[in-house]
Amino acid sequence: MMHSKTIAELAAGLQKRDFSSEELTRATLERIEQHDGSLNSFITVSGELALEQARLADQRLAKGEGSALTGIPVAQKDIFCTDGVLTSCGSRMLENFIAPYNATVVERMNAAGAVMVGKTNMDEFAMGSSNETSYYGAVRNPWNTAAVPGGSSGGSAAAVAARLVPAATGTDTGGSIRQPASLCGITGLKPTYGRVSRYGMIAYASSLDQGGPLAQTAEDAAILLNAMAGFDERDSTSVDTPVPDYTAGLGNDLGGLRIGLPKEYFSQGLDDGVAGVIDMAIGEYKKLGAEVVEISLPNSPLAVPAYYVVAPAECSSNLSRFDGVRFGHRCEAPKDLEDLYKRSRGEGFGAEVKRRIMIGTYALSAGYYDAYYLKAQKVRRLISEDFRQAFDKVDVIMGPTAPTVAFNLGEKADDPITMYLSDIYTIAVNLAGLPGISIPAGFVKDMPVGLQIIGNYFEEARLLNAAHRFQQTTDWHKQTPPGFE
Amino acid sequence: MEWETVIGLEIHTQLATKSKIFSGAPTAYGAAPNTQACAVDLGLPGVLPVLNHEAVNMAIKFGLAIDAEISPISVFARKNYFYPDLPKGYQISQYELPIIGRGAVIIELQDGSSKTIGVTRAHLEEDAGKSLHEDFHGMTGIDLNRAGTPLLEIVSEPDMRSAKEAVAYMRKIHSIVRYLEISDGNMQEGSFRCDANISVRPKGQKEFGTRAELKNINSFRFVERAIDYEVERQIDILESGGEVVQETRLYDANKGETRPMRSKEEAMDYRYFPDPDLLPVEIKPEVIEGIRKLMPELPDTKKERFIKEYKLGHEDAAFLTASRDMADYFEAVATQSAEPKLSANWIMGELSGFLNKENREINQSPVSAEMLAGLIQRIKDNTISGKIAKDVFEAMWNGEGDADAIIESKGLKQITDSGALESLVDEVITNNPKQVEQFKAGKDKVLGFFVGQIMKATQGKANPAQVNELLRKKLSE
Repeated sequence: MMHSKTIAELAAGLQKRDFSSEELTRATLERIEQHDGSLNSFITVSGELALEQARLADQRLAKGEGSALTGIPVAQKDIFCTDGVLTSCGSRMLENFIAPYNATVVERMNAAGAVMVGKTNMDEFAMGSSNETSYYGAVRNPWNTAAVPGGSSGGSAAAVAARLVPAATGTDTGGSIRQPASLCGITGLKPTYGRVSRYGMIAYASSLDQGGPLAQTAEDAAILLNAMAGFDERDSTSVDTPVPDYTAGLGNDLGGLRIGLPKEYFSQGLDDGVAGVIDMAIGEYKKLGAEVVEISLPNSPLAVPAYYVVAPAECSSNLSRFDGVRFGHRCEAPKDLEDLYKRSRGEGFGAEVKRRIMIGTYALSAGYYDAYYLKAQKVRRLISEDFRQAFDKVDVIMGPTAPTVAFNLGEKADDPITMYLSDIYTIAVNLAGLPGISIPAGFVKDMPVGLQIIGNYFEEARLLNAAHRFQQTTDWHKQTPPGFE
Repeated sequence: MEWETVIGLEIHTQLATKSKIFSGAPTAYGAAPNTQACAVDLGLPGVLPVLNHEAVNMAIKFGLAIDAEISPISVFARKNYFYPDLPKGYQISQYELPIIGRGAVIIELQDGSSKTIGVTRAHLEEDAGKSLHEDFHGMTGIDLNRAGTPLLEIVSEPDMRSAKEAVAYMRKIHSIVRYLEISDGNMQEGSFRCDANISVRPKGQKEFGTRAELKNINSFRFVERAIDYEVERQIDILESGGEVVQETRLYDANKGETRPMRSKEEAMDYRYFPDPDLLPVEIKPEVIEGIRKLMPELPDTKKERFIKEYKLGHEDAAFLTASRDMADYFEAVATQSAEPKLSANWIMGELSGFLNKENREINQSPVSAEMLAGLIQRIKDNTISGKIAKDVFEAMWNGEGDADAIIESKGLKQITDSGALESLVDEVITNNPKQVEQFKAGKDKVLGFFVGQIMKATQGKANPAQVNELLRKKLSE
């Protein structure tokens, strides 16, 4: 049952030579081969490269070198550029794009000795909450293959939930790590903006995008974050502040931890079942010695509208480089320059990407800029201020990650507004640049529910500690989808 | 009706940083296409810009030179438009908060008066690549070597009233950036180019007329011609009862005319917004003060100093300080020869003549400052006459060695041995009794004849003053 082990357990096995990284990697590749057919969580499986990395990891391990990640198979979200391996970003536009460089996250994980087994499916250019916008087809939720896994890191979440890989990377612009982690019943951490380098991570909305880990447990997320986090001179927005050992304080006592419950996160729109699960989880924290305080984040209702101005505005500009000139999709036999642009982009981008480019272009246009973009930026400051005030009173904020459990494929695909509202509790965290984690907290009708914990800037260690202690007294994170045991 | 021209210039000057403004790729000109463009310059997915602080320091230098406000916080913004040689589909520029605010420069007009031209702002931005339309049948080649080269865009107030003023302003800015060594100012390579906003209005009217923008003019000569053409075009339209259309026009240097590029209706909406990939640029007062200490002497100050220190005339000083290389050359010659006035004359006369003839810059002169100073010293100590010195100069220009070597090898040394001269004078007097008579009869001019004879006999090497003196003495005996 090697596939159900956590990174911490696998690392112990590798250290003791119970198995080699090559054996572990072969087993992982086989499991992907056997089980991914029903999920579609991978766009690319890079078996040969993985085995090569595994053999190198074995050599390091044999010499007693390496870290907790050395020899551990992981999957990279297909938004991270990987030298020599297709990086499609879930889009037809990049169906043929092989980056000549590694993203900093990939480089750091490689340096730590992780073995990349492949690239995971995702919403096209990370735009989506259901993984239905991928050019490579929808990903299915291992708990119910009729349901979505969430998005945009849906492939990573599904692959970890189905125990195809022990861990994967994701990116989170409005909830794209936490929401699929919630819907798939795993642990997903979105670090503070600037904690993890964005270099080589294909930009959706630059001021919101942040990479982070998806894993079975908080402990594994901490191991992954140790490798991923840190200042990168190639990313001007990465922050030069020391990286602690995120595994060091996992066991700290939670006595006296002040938990804020924002009343706005428990109001209408929240599924009763989900509310019940969250209540139970909060009860668990009380048992662990935490205090619960009701707080208010009064500008919460403005988060989704502000996000859907800022993110599309940035994406409309970020995606301009996909013009059919230097790389990516180019239409057949363009008549002239305009035809080249129109057809290359028209054919290369899917509907949701086009929708957001159009919204963003509109919001930045002369005469509308002040009313939309500038106002959204002001709202952003108000939202940050809400959190700042809240963190004067509490240590962490808790609530549901998503208002419902996973919905069915196609259910919201034609209704963008409803789809956008599935990120209602996660988006404000990105707008403020705070860290947030989603951990499995229970089930509603056999579908997993995630508890979101939000922390103050650079307090990932505190979030991981809170999550880890919860996982020591509960076993929600150990539940495996039927058929994937 | 009498018309008044109103001109504002936007000058783009490439900053002489070693690497690009947002990447580590080199900026050197003339490399094979696309060999100086890295992943960042190519705008590949996932790459991010990182600011080259050397470009910021250069902008600060410029700000200090024109006594401008230097923004404690400035912001990079994206200017969005599609063009094949613009890799990201946007240019990183500055919009609402430029690095350099209001400043001014003083230009000198032909009548000797001076005028202050306001600088509205100067901002940092990246250059685009180049589209190559020749050599690719039915296709366009893209060279991204230039993409990401730092530019300082210097925007003037609409303070100029003639093409001549515009040229004087452009020359002044050119001289400043060269003095500061923040740009090579090479116009052929496009390191220094400008857009001109031009309108005309009836003299005395307060409101500006409708303006046209002339794009991408890359020589001082073209600026003058383009503006003159455009002013005439606009006046013709207005005088025949028409209206000037607000539009962007292109100057065709071959045809010497401007023609429309796009109208106001077609004007681009660049959708500027702050670039989320770059943090605001913070400039602390200590940094500005540190740079201020390293500022070189600027043209205006240098000119005043030359007038005072070397007792030069205003015009000479202006000529010699027009470029830093010229000023440095002059100072070297003047100091080494201890003859500033003579140095100025030789540089502005003989040397400039040779430079112009061969279309060379002062730093390409085969006659170094040291060599010219050597020549001037030989004139001063009477080794050679001014006339012979011109031959020596030409020989130096042609690489025949320094002044002393040439004088020696060609035997050009002036004859100052009075014994030798005396016998020559005696000889000439004996051989020309008729002219001696004429002189004695009071025909003073005949003296020139005798001097000429002696010069001929000595191949110009006789010291003219000495010869004159001797002749007068002997003839009066």
